[in-house]
Amino acid sequence: MAAPDQSSEPLDHGNIYRCVGSMTIARAASTAREIDAVPDPLVIDLSKVGRMDTVGAWLIYRSARDRGAKVQGASREIEKLLEQVAEADRPVRIRPEESPGFIRMLDEIGGAIYDFGAAFYGLLGFFGATLLGFANIIRQPKRFRLNAVVQRFDVVGVRALGIIGLMSFLIGVVIGQQGAVQLQQFGAEIYTINLIGRLTIRELGTLMTAIMVAGRSGSAFAAQIGTMKITEEIDAMRTIGVSPVEALVIPRMLASVVMMPLLAFYAMIMSIIGGGVFCWVALDIPPLTFIQRIREVVPMYDLYVGIIKAPVFGFIIALAGCFQGMQVEGNSEEVGIRTTAAVVQSIFLVIVLDAVFAVFFSSVGWG
Amino acid sequence: MRGGEQIITIRGLRNSFGDQIIHEDLDLNVCRGEILGVVGGSGTGKSVLMRSIIGLQIPEAGEIEVLGENMIGRSEDEAKNIRRRWGILFQNGALFSTLTVAENVEVPIREYFPFIKQPLLDEIASFKIAMSGLPADAGPKYPSELSGGMRKRAGLARALALDPELLFLDEPTAGLDPIGAAAFDELIASLHKQLDLTVFLITHDLDTLYAICDRVAVLADQKVIAIGTIAELLALDHPWIQEYFNGPRGRAAASSNEGLHA
Repeated sequence: MAAPDQSSEPLDHGNIYRCVGSMTIARAASTAREIDAVPDPLVIDLSKVGRMDTVGAWLIYRSARDRGAKVQGASREIEKLLEQVAEADRPVRIRPEESPGFIRMLDEIGGAIYDFGAAFYGLLGFFGATLLGFANIIRQPKRFRLNAVVQRFDVVGVRALGIIGLMSFLIGVVIGQQGAVQLQQFGAEIYTINLIGRLTIRELGTLMTAIMVAGRSGSAFAAQIGTMKITEEIDAMRTIGVSPVEALVIPRMLASVVMMPLLAFYAMIMSIIGGGVFCWVALDIPPLTFIQRIREVVPMYDLYVGIIKAPVFGFIIALAGCFQGMQVEGNSEEVGIRTTAAVVQSIFLVIVLDAVFAVFFSSVGWG
Repeated sequence: MRGGEQIITIRGLRNSFGDQIIHEDLDLNVCRGEILGVVGGSGTGKSVLMRSIIGLQIPEAGEIEVLGENMIGRSEDEAKNIRRRWGILFQNGALFSTLTVAENVEVPIREYFPFIKQPLLDEIASFKIAMSGLPADAGPKYPSELSGGMRKRAGLARALALDPELLFLDEPTAGLDPIGAAAFDELIASLHKQLDLTVFLITHDLDTLYAICDRVAVLADQKVIAIGTIAELLALDHPWIQEYFNGPRGRAAASSNEGLHA
């Protein structure tokens, strides 16, 4: 920062404010204070000013405007600068108008309710558009984009194997460990196997995979499509005659619907392996016994319950991701907001649906 | 103006991305108080040159001196002193999208002069906004609510926030309609005159070159192949320069400029 080479002598001469040295933004705050301290009628003497910038000029112009200060001793350049800031003195609004707190609160509540309704309505509309897209493809199978779909299979499914496998293995270990601690109190460690088998196959395998896919692929769908919206790629597609639903949404939706059951099954197996390893190491249950016991205690319908849910979850994730991506408008900040919304919305819907499924399957006798 | 104090001095600059050499042994001087136009075909490294000068791109070799300070290998703190003295208008404005126009203008002031109180800050922002030719209701608007031309003006208001000595403009008139572009040229010319700015101007716009530039530097073959007034450049017989200024657009711009000043 520039050395404070400016000083003023406001006190000796009554109402005269005499600037010496530079009057720039670096000294704006103190200069404003000093000018305010000088009583009316104010006279500002600029004969000894060195460098002045627009902020310095503004301070002087402002005193002249508001307090009728007399300005004397200004050089030609400073006169020019003063004229310039005078020219730029137009009423400019700086802040949006604020309404009182209570009204703002009501406004926000109303806005949130409206947004919720609009999001639901929009999601429903998008669901319809997707179904129409599917119907079109079934009528004209030539329009099916096999390459795009296969590519999505790779991204959504194959590339997720590592992380989902690791996660599921660890979940198996955790369930085994936590179960064993509790069941040991009753001398019933052997039931740890029931816990691992039924919990992972019926519930956690699918649910955790859905959450992982929502975080990994649902967010990516929203971000990709959102970015394409901002760069007007989607508008370009429309004008060329390519339907964005067919080109972008359906491949992603198919990938997520087809890959979810496969990933969920893989996650179940990995969890069981994790639990098995834990039982072998910590509880001395040999793998063969573990597998045999799993076969005895896990009914087949647990697997059906787990696998039936998976494609539905996949559909919800892709729907929310693509829908939020298509909602992006305006700036790049919106992409971030919509990506977050896609993940939140899809995980929320997945858990709600999971609860519905739980009640449903129990009442049809698959409990 | 010519032969005056040099505000930017570049010697032996070298930049490359992988195998692709952008600049090789590039020299350039910018004198205080001039408007220097930088032209060149697409991909000749105009923006990279600007980014090297302002420290966003670290060159592989060469010396860059801005406002008498060596720019290469400086610490963040030292660089701050120089950053205070220049303003930069990026190609698309690069306004902070979460802030209003007024807040955007206030950002650099707040950063360097945190003790300036809000009312004064608002006054400064409002006259900068007015100076940049924005309408009176632009202050509380967000960048996404502005048109392209207004966004550039808002970017200019932010670039001028600290009363810089040196102004960098990256294609200021690109994407503006001819009327808006001419108005922007006029704005830059008048600000240049009023505020004693030195302007480093990257452009493709021949009208801008004719209307406001004191000198023009031509980038090609990884170097500045020529620098001088348009008349001086026209006297050279480099094929690109001839095609650039004597192509149909170049001639149109030249004749319309003569018309204006006749």
